[in-house]
Amino acid sequence: MNDVSIIGIGKTDVSEHWETSLRHLSWYAIEAALDDAATTQVDALYVGNMLAGRLSQQDHLGALVADFAGLRGIEAVTVEAADASGGAAMRQAVLAVKSGLVETALVVGVEKVTDETGSTVTEAAATGLDADYEMAHGLTLAGAAALMMRRYMFEYGVTLADFAGFSVNAHRNGADNPLAMFRNRLKAERFTAGPAVAEPVSLFDMAPLGDGAAAVVVTGSERAKDMVPQPIRVLGSALSTDTIGLHDRQNVLWLAAAARSTAAAMAQAGVSHEEIDLFELHDSYTIMAALSLEAAGFAAPGEGWQLARDGAIEREGQIPISTCGGLKARGNPLGATGVYQIVEVAQQLRGQAGDCQVPDAKIGMAQNLATTGATAVTHVLAC
Amino acid sequence: METYQPENGLLQPHYPVGITGYGAYVPRYRLPASEINRMWKGGKGGTPVQEKSVPGLDEDVVTMSVEAARNAMARAQINPQEIRAVWVGSESHPYAVKPTSTIVAEAIGAVPNTQAADWEFACKAGTEALQAAIGFVGSGMARYALSIGMDTAQGRPGDALEYTAAAGGAALLIGRAETALAVIEGSYSFVTDTPDFWRRAHAEYPSHGDRFTGEPAYFKHIMAAAESLMKAMERKPEDYAWAVFHQPNVKFPSRVAKRLGFTPEQIAPGLLSGRIGNTYAGSAVIGLTAILDVAEPGDRILVVSYGSGAGSDAFDLRVTERLAEVRDRAPTTEDYIARRTEIDYATYTRYRHKLKLS
Repeated sequence: MNDVSIIGIGKTDVSEHWETSLRHLSWYAIEAALDDAATTQVDALYVGNMLAGRLSQQDHLGALVADFAGLRGIEAVTVEAADASGGAAMRQAVLAVKSGLVETALVVGVEKVTDETGSTVTEAAATGLDADYEMAHGLTLAGAAALMMRRYMFEYGVTLADFAGFSVNAHRNGADNPLAMFRNRLKAERFTAGPAVAEPVSLFDMAPLGDGAAAVVVTGSERAKDMVPQPIRVLGSALSTDTIGLHDRQNVLWLAAAARSTAAAMAQAGVSHEEIDLFELHDSYTIMAALSLEAAGFAAPGEGWQLARDGAIEREGQIPISTCGGLKARGNPLGATGVYQIVEVAQQLRGQAGDCQVPDAKIGMAQNLATTGATAVTHVLAC
Repeated sequence: METYQPENGLLQPHYPVGITGYGAYVPRYRLPASEINRMWKGGKGGTPVQEKSVPGLDEDVVTMSVEAARNAMARAQINPQEIRAVWVGSESHPYAVKPTSTIVAEAIGAVPNTQAADWEFACKAGTEALQAAIGFVGSGMARYALSIGMDTAQGRPGDALEYTAAAGGAALLIGRAETALAVIEGSYSFVTDTPDFWRRAHAEYPSHGDRFTGEPAYFKHIMAAAESLMKAMERKPEDYAWAVFHQPNVKFPSRVAKRLGFTPEQIAPGLLSGRIGNTYAGSAVIGLTAILDVAEPGDRILVVSYGSGAGSDAFDLRVTERLAEVRDRAPTTEDYIARRTEIDYATYTRYRHKLKLS
């Protein structure tokens, strides 16, 4: 099987793109990625998206985006796994190139949440939960995160203030990212004063939904060497699932899918925790950041929050996370988020992350989760 | 098709015109934002204003417009028969069909040789009527025209806009520049199809697009109107003594003023939303009357309204010597704001007919 490398990356800023459509957002990211790869030869397109059908009355993004991007005729489909759609689309591209059936694959993650507002968006985003057993009873993504966070605080005797480090770190890094949705710094003292969304989850530990698109071009590693000066190798790629509903889990504080996909991706890559220079995790809520660090093996259960307290997650720390702002400050364009993570890790490994640069980054991991962790996609990349 | 391109978009009538009389009105009742917060948010969360004005059981846009019109007439001291148009802008006209304006015209003695009509353009219906009055007088068709912006705005219980949906407004009598207490030296209008806030026929409360009401709506239109007018008039923010921007809350007008280069001092006297809420079609014009209550001869004033749907009207005014003569002939805007009776949420639901008993 072919080894796979990234030869092009591109992204838009994450923002409220009121006047920019799904197809235009997609095209801006694709154009940047194809320019970066210096190629227009693409054989397949995988679109990661969660809500276009509900919020923009537009499904069938494969044909839509391929045509609009000047790639009419190629194989193109949408990959959907709630807010892990972007990571899942990347996984499909890796499989396609690895199989040898596709020479060069293009991944675009795109989300457009501002075609609707307020409760319509909240309700649409909740469709990633279990419709019969969770959503029908009024559970939202924030509500589900609140249940997990409340349990975590109860089990491990921590308070809301103990989660502050995740958001403070994300905003500090986001302030250095010109394409981040929020570039303001957040003071730890302000963290606990955030308006409640679903107690204990507040505005300050919940990532803001935004519009955006990110794109990645992948091809076989042998070919990649001749095409671009700095191909980024995909050393590991794994997708795992868990029960869709929280109520079916033996332990709601253990992200089993995240643990499985991390272990698999790291085993494929043959890397240890110490060798990983940065970890773009899915900080949709501070509780998800803490649980991700634990599931990935960077902290023991109940101790993930301590990495935030101790500064280990900062750019100069032991395991930097959210290095370009993460979901919290860069913004969370749902089905595009997983592709943003890949683009950001690739930038870090190329040494092109600007003011967000992690010193001497050689190996990076990206992990895209859906909802409460029911889907987890992990990629290990190296320069 | 060739698009008509006016030289710089500036609106200037054939004859110079100005404000000959002005009058404000605010109902006496106040609902503190903390009451709404207590009722709907468990007392937690921020509030966009301190409190808002609430009309009494016997008040509506007709009675309030009459109050403001009488104040304007008291200052102008003209024969009401010389008024050839009475125009009321509001999104709370008591009747869906039957004009508010004829009742107001009758009440001030301006009938029957009068043009009368109601205007609708969300929060800029009042300044829309003002633009029309400038044209009516400035063309020579009328010696005087009365424009009013007045509202008893509807806030859906529990909605973010319930904190601010308030009652009040002002009447501006437009006449030739030689009779004016403030000359209107130029104006400009800027509109696009931007659906940020609306109320369908028969709907009791308006709907809105949340954050879409900000950047692509309020800020885009006010910035464009203000910048275009200042460019056409060859003026800068520091040329104005005072400015007033549509005030749906305190944050938006403060932010747009800063972006345009105005100081907090320039907008302070006209920034009333913190104490009376958003008076919708009355919001920009009552900010203007509050400024006229304190302005000096020679002062320049910039007024920029905003109406959802969406658009902004911008006006460039210069105060004349006559203002000091007429100012004290009627209650000031501040007199009405200071006249304050606090009510609780229960009283508010009764006064605003929020309880449906059948």
